[in-house]
Amino acid sequence: MKTLQRTLAELAQYPSAIFGLLVIGLLALVSIYAVIAIPYQQAVDLWRGGEKIWYKTPKMVPPAWVNFFRAKKLPDTLSLSTVDTPSIKQSAASGDGQKINITFDFDFNADEFPQELSFYFTSTFDKKAPFVSAVWIAPDGRETRLVDYALQSPKQTFRFSQDKKLLTRLFGKLPQEALFAVPKSDPLTPLKGKYQIQLQITTFEKASTVDVEFVQYGKVYGLAGTDHQRRDLLIALLWGMPVALSFGLIAALGTSLASMVIAAFGAWFGGWVDELIQRITEINLVLPFLSILIMIGTFYDRSIITILTATILLSIFGGSIKGYRAIFLQVREMPYIEAARAYGASDARIIIRYLLPRIIPLLIPALVTGIPGYVFLEASLAVLGLGDPVLPTWGKIIQDAEFNGALFNGMYYWILEPAALLMLTGLAFSMLGFSLDRIFNPRLRGL
Amino acid sequence: MSENSPAAAPKVSSRFSALTRILRYTVVRLITLMFSAVIGVYLTILIANLGGYVDEIRRGEISERIQMRVLTDPTIKNLAPDARAKRIDDLIRLEEKKYGLDRPFLLRSMDYLADGLTLNLGRSQNISSDSGSRQVRLILLERLPSTLILFGTSNLLLFFLSLLWGLSLSRQYGSFWDKLIIALSPLSAAPGWFYGIFLIVLFAAYWKILPFGGMVSSPPPAEPLAYFLSMLYHMILPVMAITLSSIFISTFSDRTFFLIYSSEDYVEMAKAKGLEAKDIERKYILRPTLPNIITGFALLLIGLWTGAPIFETIFNWPGLGRVTYQAVQLYDTPVIVASTVLFAYLLAITVFLLDFLYALVDPRVKVGGGEGKAA
Repeated sequence: MKTLQRTLAELAQYPSAIFGLLVIGLLALVSIYAVIAIPYQQAVDLWRGGEKIWYKTPKMVPPAWVNFFRAKKLPDTLSLSTVDTPSIKQSAASGDGQKINITFDFDFNADEFPQELSFYFTSTFDKKAPFVSAVWIAPDGRETRLVDYALQSPKQTFRFSQDKKLLTRLFGKLPQEALFAVPKSDPLTPLKGKYQIQLQITTFEKASTVDVEFVQYGKVYGLAGTDHQRRDLLIALLWGMPVALSFGLIAALGTSLASMVIAAFGAWFGGWVDELIQRITEINLVLPFLSILIMIGTFYDRSIITILTATILLSIFGGSIKGYRAIFLQVREMPYIEAARAYGASDARIIIRYLLPRIIPLLIPALVTGIPGYVFLEASLAVLGLGDPVLPTWGKIIQDAEFNGALFNGMYYWILEPAALLMLTGLAFSMLGFSLDRIFNPRLRGL
Repeated sequence: MSENSPAAAPKVSSRFSALTRILRYTVVRLITLMFSAVIGVYLTILIANLGGYVDEIRRGEISERIQMRVLTDPTIKNLAPDARAKRIDDLIRLEEKKYGLDRPFLLRSMDYLADGLTLNLGRSQNISSDSGSRQVRLILLERLPSTLILFGTSNLLLFFLSLLWGLSLSRQYGSFWDKLIIALSPLSAAPGWFYGIFLIVLFAAYWKILPFGGMVSSPPPAEPLAYFLSMLYHMILPVMAITLSSIFISTFSDRTFFLIYSSEDYVEMAKAKGLEAKDIERKYILRPTLPNIITGFALLLIGLWTGAPIFETIFNWPGLGRVTYQAVQLYDTPVIVASTVLFAYLLAITVFLLDFLYALVDPRVKVGGGEGKAA
C-alpha cells in the first residue's frame, strides 16, 4: 500500500504521467458507459442492422460538429414523424374512412442542399388503399405538388429524387435541390426559412390508419457521422473503446505474466529447462507474428478470443523474456535466496515468494508500455479484414473507410475519428509507461 | 589480452584469432538460425495443416493435373461419363498414394516441410504474377525486391538518423531538443501504417503533392532513370511513415545508451588525459554502445517486418506484404502459407545479418571468445 502511495506521489511529478492517467481514466469511464448504454447484443444488432435499422440516417456524411468550422453550413439530418408527434395529424371522418391532414413544419438554414428527401408511409388497410397527396410550401409561399397517389403496400417509401413525375415538374432538377432553391438562381442557392409540407390523406375503410415520416437526409449527422451503410459511427467508436482496452490489457497482462513466470522457472532450474526456453525464444524470433495471425484468422476463426489467445501464445517468448531471465540470474545468486534455501523453502516457494516479486518494478512499466502495441495489433488485423466478425471496432471503421476510398473522396472524418482515438489510447498508455519506467528504473531516473 | 602482449607478431596472430572467432561465432549463429528457421517453417506448416489446408493444396494440385491429363487422353475422354468419372477418381487416388497423401501426418508433414523450405507450394488459386504465372514461388519472388527496397531504405535511414541524432542529443543533455525527444518518444507506440494514413491524408489527399500509393506512376516509365525517379517519388511517403513511427523511440534509446556510457569512469579518464572530444566520442562512447544499439535495432526491424502486410496494403506497395493481403482477401491458401514461410526466412536473415554486425562491433566476441548474444 505504501509503495503504491509512493509511486503515485512520484508519478504526480511527471506531467506526461498525469496526462496518461487522466486519459486512461476517461477512456475507462467511456468504456463502462458504452457497455451499459448500448448492451452487447444491441450493439451487435445495430452494427449488423443494415438499411432496416438505419433508414433514417444519410449515407457517408461527416459529424454535425464540422459545421462549427465551416463558413458554408451543411444541412443537418431531420426526421419528422406522426408517430412521435401525433399533434401534427388532424383527422376528420369522411364517408367510411377519414380525411387526414398532416403538416410538417421545419426550418432550413443551411448553405447547401440536403442529400435526399423521403416519405415513409406506414398504413393499415384491408382492400382499398389510402390516397395521398402532398404539397411542398417554400418560405416565400410557392407551392409545389409532390405526389398524388394511392398507397400500394402497408409499408411504402417515397423517395423524392426517384419520382419521375416530380422530376418532370421540377424541369429535371433534383428535388432535394430544386425544392429548397431560390427561384431562378444559377447555380442553385438554397433559400433559408420556414418550410412546410402539407399532406392530405384519404382513407376509405373504418379501421384504416396511416402514419407518415418525413426524413431530410442532411450532409452531417450526429457526433461521429455515418458510413457507407448509413450506420452511425458513434456506436463503433464507443464500442471500440472497451474492445481495444480489454484486448490490449489482457494481451499485455497475459503475455508479461506468463513470460515472467517462465523466465523465473528457467533461471531457477537452469540446465535443460533454461536451454529449452532459450531455444524456443530463438525460434519465436523468426516466426512472422502477423502473418501467422493472418493465417489463423483466415483459416480457422477470427473471433476476438481466438486471436487474443494466439497473440498471447506467440508473444510469451518475445524479447522481454531475455531481460527477465538476466535479472533472475542475478537475483538467484543473492544471499537472501541462499537463506531461503537454508531454511528449506521449496522451489515453488522460492520462485513465487522471492524471485517473482523482485521483477515487479520492471514488469509494470513494460506491461503498460506494451498495451498500445496490442491495441494497434487488434486494429491492424481489423484493417486487414480479419477483425472479429460481429463486434464493432475502431479497426473495422478504418477498414470500411479504406475499402470505400474515404481518403480519395475526402471523407477524412471516417478514418481520422477512429485513428485519433487509437492514437489517444496508445499515447496515454505509453506516456504513463515511460514515466513508470523512469520511476522504477533507477538507471534511467536521471536521464 | 592483446594489450598486454608486446611486439608485433602476437598482434597479427591476435587479429587472426579475432577473425576466426568472428567466423566461428557467425557460423554457429548461422547454424542455430537455420535450425530455428526450419522449425519456424515447420510450425507454420503445422498451424496451416491443423485444418488440413496443406493437404488441400496438394489434393487440388493433383486433381487439376489429372483433369488436364484426362482432357488430352483420348482413351479416357471417349469413355462413358460414369466410367470416365470412376477412372478419374481412380487416377486421383493413385496419384495421391504416389505422393503419400495416405501416409500418417507425421511423415507427410516432413514432405511439406521440405516443400515449404523450398517454397515449392504449388500453384495459387486466384493470384497470378505480373508475368502471368500461377506458381506461388514465382509470385512471391517477383514481389520480394519491392519489399526489400522499401524496407531496406527505411531501415538504413532510420538506423543512421537515430544514431546521429541520438549522439548529438547526448552531447546537449537537458536541452530543449533533448526534452522534446523525451516528450515525443511515446508517439512511437503507433505502427507505421498508422502514420501512413495521416501522411496520405495530408500529402496526397489534402495538398495533393505526393501520390496516394503504388510503386511507380502508371503507366510505368520506360526509361530506367525515369522509372527510378518515379519510384523514389512514390517511396517518399512510405519511408516517411516508417521513419516517423520509429525515429523518436530509437533516437531516445540511442541517446540514453550514449548517456549511460558517457558517464563511465574510463570516459572521465579519457577526458582527464585531454583527448579530443571527437576521439572520446568515437572510441570511448560510440564503440561500446554499438552492440546495445544493434540489439535494439534488431528488435525494431523484426517489428517492422512483421507489419509489412498492413503497411504495404495501406500504401498499395506491390510487395510481399500486399500479396499476403490479397491472398487473404481471395482466400488463396497456397499463397498465404508460402508468404508466411518467406517472412520467416526474411526474419531469420535479418537476425543473422544483425548478429554478424554485432560480432563485428562487439569486442567480447573478438577478445573473450565468449558468445555475446544479439537480439
